[in-house]
Amino acid sequence: MCLAIPAEVVELEWPFATVNMKGARKRVRVDLIENINVGDYVLVHVGIAIQKVSKKEVEEIESLWRQILEE
Amino acid sequence: METDTGRIREKIEKISRGKDIAIMHLCGTHEDTVSKYNLRSLLPENIRLIAGPGCPVCIIPDTDLQKVFHLIESRDIILATFGDMARVPFQDRSLFYYRSRGKDVRIVYSVFDAVEIASKTERDVVFFGIGFETTMPSIAVAIRDSPENFYVYSAHRYFIPAIEAIIKGDMRIDAFINPGHVSTIVGVKAYERYEKYRIPMAIAGFEPQDVMLAIYILLKALKDGKSGIFNEYTRAVRYEGNVLAQKVIDDVFESSDGEWRGFGIIPETGVKIKDEFQEKDAEKAFEDVFSDFQPVEDKRKKHCRCGEVLKGLITPEECSLYMKACTPRNPVGPCMVSFEGTCSIWAKYGIM
Ligand code: SF4
Repeated sequence: MCLAIPAEVVELEWPFATVNMKGARKRVRVDLIENINVGDYVLVHVGIAIQKVSKKEVEEIESLWRQILEE
Repeated sequence: METDTGRIREKIEKISRGKDIAIMHLCGTHEDTVSKYNLRSLLPENIRLIAGPGCPVCIIPDTDLQKVFHLIESRDIILATFGDMARVPFQDRSLFYYRSRGKDVRIVYSVFDAVEIASKTERDVVFFGIGFETTMPSIAVAIRDSPENFYVYSAHRYFIPAIEAIIKGDMRIDAFINPGHVSTIVGVKAYERYEKYRIPMAIAGFEPQDVMLAIYILLKALKDGKSGIFNEYTRAVRYEGNVLAQKVIDDVFESSDGEWRGFGIIPETGVKIKDEFQEKDAEKAFEDVFSDFQPVEDKRKKHCRCGEVLKGLITPEECSLYMKACTPRNPVGPCMVSFEGTCSIWAKYGIM
C-alpha cells in the first residue's frame, strides 16, 4: 500500500505528467512537487508523485554502506 | 554485494553481542523486503526483528468494512477501492462477493481513476479510501478536484500518532525502523515528538541493504547509549518532508479518534473529512443509510489473531489457522489478504 516507485518525467502537462516507470509509460499527477522538470526522477505512489529523488542520491546508499563497512 | 552482506552481518553480531534486542519495523513493505531476502536469518539470535502494524488494509476494523457493505446493499452506487481492500472478508462476504452479486464494485489503481469514472457517469461514485500519510495526499487532492457525484468514505489513519500507542503498549521495543514512504510525506521532523522516550528510530528505504544498514545504525546507537532519529533513506526523505503534501492533508482532513484492529481506539489517528468538504464525505452524504447501522461480530474471525500479529505479539505460524483454514486463496483475516499483511507475506515466501 505504501509502495512507491521511482520514475522519470518524460512529458509535463501540469498538473499531470507522463512518467517512465521501469519501461512502462504512465500518466500521473505531479501537483505536490515543486519545480518539476522533464528529466526529473520522482517517487510515484498510487497515481501521484510524492517526492523528487535525485539520481545522485540513489548512489548515496552505496557510499553510506561503504562508509559503515570501513568504520 | 554478498561479501558486503557477510561483513555487515559480522559487524551486527559484534556490536550486539550478549544483549537481547527487539527492533520493530513499521511498514508492510519492509516486512516484504525482510521476508523476501530472508534477512532474519542474517541476524544473530539475540536480535528479534518484529513486524508492526504497518499495513493499512489490516488495521481497518470490521466496523468500517461493514459500513461500506451496508452502503452498497442500500444504495445503487459505484463503489471504487484498491484491490486488496476488495478481498477482505467479513462473514464470508467481501466487496468481490458483492460484485459477483451484481453490485457495481470497481477496482482502481489510484483514486484518480475513481474520479475519472465519476466524471463519465451521472451515478454516485464512492471511493472507499484507506491508507496512511503516504496515500492521504492523493485522496485530499481528489476531494478538492472532482465532480459533484464523487464521494470518499474515509477509513484512512494517521500513522505517526499511532507510534505512541506502540511505545506505551504491551511490548518492550528497543528501537524502531520507521516507514520510508510515510516519512517521505511527514519528514524526519514528525518523529521529534518521540525523542522524549529515548528510543532510537531509523527511517529506512526498501532495498535489503537499506534494512540491514538501518539495523546496524540502530544497534550502534543502542550500544553508544544514544537515541535520536536517523535517516538512512536520504534519497527520498527530507527533514521537512513534502510540505505541499502536508498542506493538502491539513486543508482537507482533521484528526479524531481512530479505531485500529488489535489496538482499539488510538487518539489522533482517525482521519475525518473537514466540514468545509462535507458534501464529499460519504458518511455525511449518505447519513440516512448509516442511521440504522448496527455493527456485528464476525464469528468466522473468532480464532483469527491478526490483531496480535499487528501488535507484534505473535508471528503468523503461531495462529492455529495459518496455512490450514486460512490461506492466501481463502483468507480469514486481512493479514492474509493484503500484500502488506504479515501472514500473506509469510505465506508468499513459504515461511512456516
Ligand atoms: S493466519 Fe489468517 S487467521 Fe491467522 S492471524 Fe493471519 S489472517 Fe488471521
